[in-house]
Amino acid sequence: MAEHTETKYLPNYLEYQGKHKGLLGWLTTTDHKRIGLLYFYSMMTFFLAGVVMGLLMKFELISPGEQIMGAQTYNGLFTLHGLTMIFLFVIPGVAAVYGNFFLPILIGAKDVSFPRLNLMSWYLYILGAIVVLSSQFMGDGPPDTGWTFYAPYSLKTQTNVVAAVTGAFILGFSSILTGLNFVVTMHRLRAPGMGWLRMPLFAWSLYGTGWIQLLATPIVGITFLMVIAERLLGIGFFDPAIGGDPILYQHLFWIYSHPAVYIMILPAMGAITEIIPTFARKTIFGYTAIVISSMAIAFVGYFVWGHHMFTSGMSSTSRWVFSLLTFLVAIPSAIKVFNWTATLYKGSINIQPPFLWAISFIFVFMIGGFSGLVLGSLATDIHTHDTAFVVAHFHYIVFGGTGFAFFGALHYWFPKMFARVYNTKVANIGLLIFFIGFNMLYFPMFYLGLIGMPRRYYDYLPMFHNANILSTVGSWILAIGLIIIIVNLFRARKATGKIVDDPWDGKTLEWTTSSPPIVENFEEIPVVDHGPYEY
Amino acid sequence: METITTPHHADAHRDDTAAKLGMWLFIFTEILLFGGLFIVYSVYRFKNPVAFELAHHELSITMGLINTIILLVSSATVAISISAMQKNDKKMTMLMLGITLLLALVFLVNKYFEWGGKFEHGMYPGSELMKNLSNGDMLFFSLYFFMTGLHAVHIIVGMILLAITLVKVKTGAVNTGKYALLENSGLYWHLVDLIWIFLFPLFYLIH
Repeated sequence: MAEHTETKYLPNYLEYQGKHKGLLGWLTTTDHKRIGLLYFYSMMTFFLAGVVMGLLMKFELISPGEQIMGAQTYNGLFTLHGLTMIFLFVIPGVAAVYGNFFLPILIGAKDVSFPRLNLMSWYLYILGAIVVLSSQFMGDGPPDTGWTFYAPYSLKTQTNVVAAVTGAFILGFSSILTGLNFVVTMHRLRAPGMGWLRMPLFAWSLYGTGWIQLLATPIVGITFLMVIAERLLGIGFFDPAIGGDPILYQHLFWIYSHPAVYIMILPAMGAITEIIPTFARKTIFGYTAIVISSMAIAFVGYFVWGHHMFTSGMSSTSRWVFSLLTFLVAIPSAIKVFNWTATLYKGSINIQPPFLWAISFIFVFMIGGFSGLVLGSLATDIHTHDTAFVVAHFHYIVFGGTGFAFFGALHYWFPKMFARVYNTKVANIGLLIFFIGFNMLYFPMFYLGLIGMPRRYYDYLPMFHNANILSTVGSWILAIGLIIIIVNLFRARKATGKIVDDPWDGKTLEWTTSSPPIVENFEEIPVVDHGPYEY
Repeated sequence: METITTPHHADAHRDDTAAKLGMWLFIFTEILLFGGLFIVYSVYRFKNPVAFELAHHELSITMGLINTIILLVSSATVAISISAMQKNDKKMTMLMLGITLLLALVFLVNKYFEWGGKFEHGMYPGSELMKNLSNGDMLFFSLYFFMTGLHAVHIIVGMILLAITLVKVKTGAVNTGKYALLENSGLYWHLVDLIWIFLFPLFYLIH
């Protein structure tokens, strides 16, 4: 290092020692990169726990009759699986991990606008997780309502609903604060020269997401508070026995929970939008169209909640209006798919694991999207409502969309985050197995739903047996793929490799920083004089 | 290594505009939180117009009116405290913040007597009387206790914010060159006031 003696040594975020050292240094950090990793490790833990629950449920469904658990256990398990995956993994998901780690770097800032609030959001997330999970061990048994807590059952069941709902409320608060932080950060901390239309598209997707988090989450917050009040104080809001209206609960719940789907998927789309131009080695096609479509999804997505309630009792006018709006929201999603594929056209494609993840994402996301149209049109929805078809659809969107994007983004940004190189061959094999397992697990469920297999039962009629075997075996293949992927990354995490600042030849600002980035990201705040993807 | 200062040192990253923007966004979320309740209120009032109108006679318009005036005056005093800070009048700022806190306390005392009166007549969430009410009355009083209760929680949060601000003004941590905290606490207090302005007619002045 003799030739570097005159340059000042800047510690990277992993080795930097602030006021506190070691673990305490991590737990008191306000560095957005470290907070991103705090989210990453906690979220991966919950995700893997959720996967195990899913595998257990699929094992139960391998053949008719009781295999390893009874009805009540199964009800508790699908509730916990939903709570864990939805509230602890996919809703914070891509935004909290990669948003925290990369948003300030992508816009050329040292950190988010409110670093301490950012750390507090993580603590609220952990507190919410603990309260949600405590519902399993305290009170009168695990909640069995499904993650939607539909009234009046959530008011009547003897199980420990209050803890789960309180936890979800706290998690919502954490989500609001993260969204608020990101929106303010993008308004205030863009580097000199970075106009709104020079912002990387991942940042744009976080901007849309931030607004949904701000505008939708309070509605479910107050709804959950009303459920808590109704259970604890016996004051009437939703129980029809005391004049309440359970349909009103469904409206309030979905006013948040449908936009929440876009909280999950928008940052995922944003991450894919970063990966595609880097590996096509070509400027993104239709930058402005993608920006507008992100904001359109955020906006229109606010007005489609009624499509969860086509069979619940709504006027026929509301039904067709919600159906129409649902079809409208498909348009900006399709625009994005067209933009991604158009970017690939005549690109010099560099086939690497992140690229393959992105392509797989587009494939499964399209299956999820098209099956969504089946559910969005009134007549076919009546037939498929509350069947395995719905389960297949939202797993294609939520797991196939957000999950694939999460791992794609991990493979893309891994060298930057950890300054380690993973084995690309093993990564590809892992993805291939994961992809086969994923489709084998969920595709048969479309068929099962169409022939009438209802969701949320631990048992089924013998006529559904064959496809269920296929689906269960698929879940094992998916698990094997997942293990290969994680072990491969974990080994890379430990091994030292050749550390390159820009392994994929990316053009956005994170690739101009060192690997791993220094504490405040840049030695000097960059001045931006061109768009994000100039090849 | 010595050349590196601790990141995120209080003043190094100071951005008052960001702080105010953040507060405004947070206020949006608070309005939407109560917005959910206003939707619930509208639906149930639409379904039970007669019961809601009769039930509101159980509430004292005088008490509600006094509390409305108290909150409106407190909004004025908190605004004066910000103007005083801009004019570098520390004493006036502290006086006005003190009066605001006092008014907030009087509001809560009134609320205490109002709720206490109901409780004495056996009217409280979960009571036998409440369980035997007709559906419309039940919904009216459920909403009344829940919405005014949640509002009272916001009053308490606002008081904590204002008290912290008052202490910081006293120590000089909040001063004429740096008073984003004062402005944000003031904004929050106006929000608390605004919500009450809607609650008062919805519960006390139905016709």
